Amino acid sequence: MTAPQTLYQKIWASHVVATANPSEDRLLYVDRHLVYEVTSPQAFEGLRQAGRAVRRPELTLAVADHNVPTENRARGIDSIEDPQSRLQVETLERNARENGVRYVPLNSPRQGIVHVVGPELGLTLPGTVIVCGDSHTSTHGAFGALAFGIGTSEVEHVLATQTVIQRPSRNMLVRVTGMLGAGVTAKDVVLAIIGHLGAGGGVGHVIEYAGPVIEALDMAGRMTICNMTIEAGARAGLIAPDETTFAYLARTPLAPKGDEFEAAAAWWRSLRSDPNARYDRIVEIDGSAIEPMVTWGTSPDAVTTIGGAVPNPADEPDADRRAQIERMIAYMDLRPGQKLAGLPIDMVFIGSCTNSRIEDLRAAAGVIQGRHVAPHVRALVVPGSGMVKAQAEAEGLDHLFLSAGFEWRDAGCSMCLGLNPDRLSPGQRCASTSNRNFEGRQGPGGRTHLLSPAMAAAAALAGCLTDSRTLVP
Amino acid sequence: MTPFTTFEAVAAAVPLANIDTDMLVPARFLKTISREGLAEALFYNLRTADPDFALNRAPWTQAGILVALDNFGCGSSREHAPWALLDFGIRCVIAPSFADIFQQNCFKNGILPITLAPEPVAALMALATDPATAHMRVSLLNQTIAAGDTLATFHTDPECRKRLLGGLDDIALSLRYADDIAAHEQQAHINQPWIRAIPGNIA
Repeated sequence: MTAPQTLYQKIWASHVVATANPSEDRLLYVDRHLVYEVTSPQAFEGLRQAGRAVRRPELTLAVADHNVPTENRARGIDSIEDPQSRLQVETLERNARENGVRYVPLNSPRQGIVHVVGPELGLTLPGTVIVCGDSHTSTHGAFGALAFGIGTSEVEHVLATQTVIQRPSRNMLVRVTGMLGAGVTAKDVVLAIIGHLGAGGGVGHVIEYAGPVIEALDMAGRMTICNMTIEAGARAGLIAPDETTFAYLARTPLAPKGDEFEAAAAWWRSLRSDPNARYDRIVEIDGSAIEPMVTWGTSPDAVTTIGGAVPNPADEPDADRRAQIERMIAYMDLRPGQKLAGLPIDMVFIGSCTNSRIEDLRAAAGVIQGRHVAPHVRALVVPGSGMVKAQAEAEGLDHLFLSAGFEWRDAGCSMCLGLNPDRLSPGQRCASTSNRNFEGRQGPGGRTHLLSPAMAAAAALAGCLTDSRTLVP
Repeated sequence: MTPFTTFEAVAAAVPLANIDTDMLVPARFLKTISREGLAEALFYNLRTADPDFALNRAPWTQAGILVALDNFGCGSSREHAPWALLDFGIRCVIAPSFADIFQQNCFKNGILPITLAPEPVAALMALATDPATAHMRVSLLNQTIAAGDTLATFHTDPECRKRLLGGLDDIALSLRYADDIAAHEQQAHINQPWIRAIPGNIA
């Protein structure tokens, strides 16, 4: 009898290419390779210089998302005014064309953030291995796929070999028990987990999420959780596929259909950790106790509840940690002990691969209730894909946002990292549904507070950080 | 890839934890389609905001080694971070821990990430802050760091060490297993036939 296996071990075992390699390293077969404009040009160039071909272009999907403007999309590539950004997108188009890689053009209704587009198309399937030159590839783990970010050299390796050199990670189980309170979302859960583990707490691990709170989440919520796994240092998050997963997949265009779907689902049902499977670490979080969360510092683990306050560095015994807290408080222009609720903000960003799906936009729109964005606040809503945008418009969400004073944009990564024209000015404070609050992440000198879509919408309306639960009946 | 055997240089101390890749290379420098020319981007925001930042001051303007705190290289997977280090002349980073993707990216680019316990890192950090003692000699052959009278030993994963010492090309090594990859593809197609080619008319 084989030893009990975790979900991670099962996917790993089914993707190891048998080789004579004597080291611990393994070639792990890649089922889906996602590429975008920023981290792929040097990889394609490397292939060209070495005279190598793309081994499986038909398993490779290219989408431009990081650089793309979120206005005037109908103009396609002509909407990109920055010549460097335009060159990157043109280079992606050329590399896709020359190598037979599947490409979603800028003016396609399918274009969007690659981690939104892949699942939407049904390319993200349970039990597959998915890589992309982007750390938020962890998103796809929500489907029980082993998905992780890689560097550009590894992108080149995958293009050439359809494999990635890996060795087994340690395996952590994070079980979220209980039931979330009203107005508490997946974003709050993952911020609470990151706060608990620390920004480096998951280094070297793949994290599997389980427990009643995770099981009760829809796919959008599960993607939010797996997406931010990297902010705890773990490369991949995993959630065992279940009926929620299968119902989502059944609605996607490229998932198997009919009898083949049933055959696939039978296989997918086996993709769960065996009873008594061994983990290197098990963490339990009481989901019932989680409150709406907001970050105060410049690391995603610098987080507290909306009722909480900025910590006092004087209370920190470790000198390095104390210096780090002081540095974060200074950068964020806060005071020790300052309450977060009531902190005035200048910008709101609702979007990113963390929180730009239709469920996220509904949650944000649900807070509006006839109110208007505060006069001193600019608020951007950036759908994760053209399909999300179309769905939102079919539901009338665009009118809700626009009449409340939000800007309604085209799909892309946008102000999550400010590689396109959407970015903060120095000193601006932003309530953002994105994933990183690093110094200058959303623009040089910008200050980011990470929170959920409902909390971001509430901040836009109130003009300051506020508990969204007080705005919803 | 340039092999890494022994390397002598001035070490610079950047006593921060969670140095993320946005700090190492801010997003606006990611619009390049080349691996070259990113030295200017390295720590751009910190270097422009703080004239006293280590890499702004002699002798650390010539630094080839960095000493930092926990979780170095966290955040984005951008390989522009090690490319910028290389372009600046930095070929070795010493810290108590590294983010996984960044660490891999270093090995792929001939940069040696050395993981040491917090105490020896603190000792090397102190040496690196004084121009008189900041010069260090790193030997991957012996797995030692020599700084004045101080000698620290470190451990590097044997496979990564072999590849760095030889400056080996990962892709060429992996392509030797092309037949094994093809065999895996055949079997996987039998086991999970629903993992199909992405249609050409996807958009």
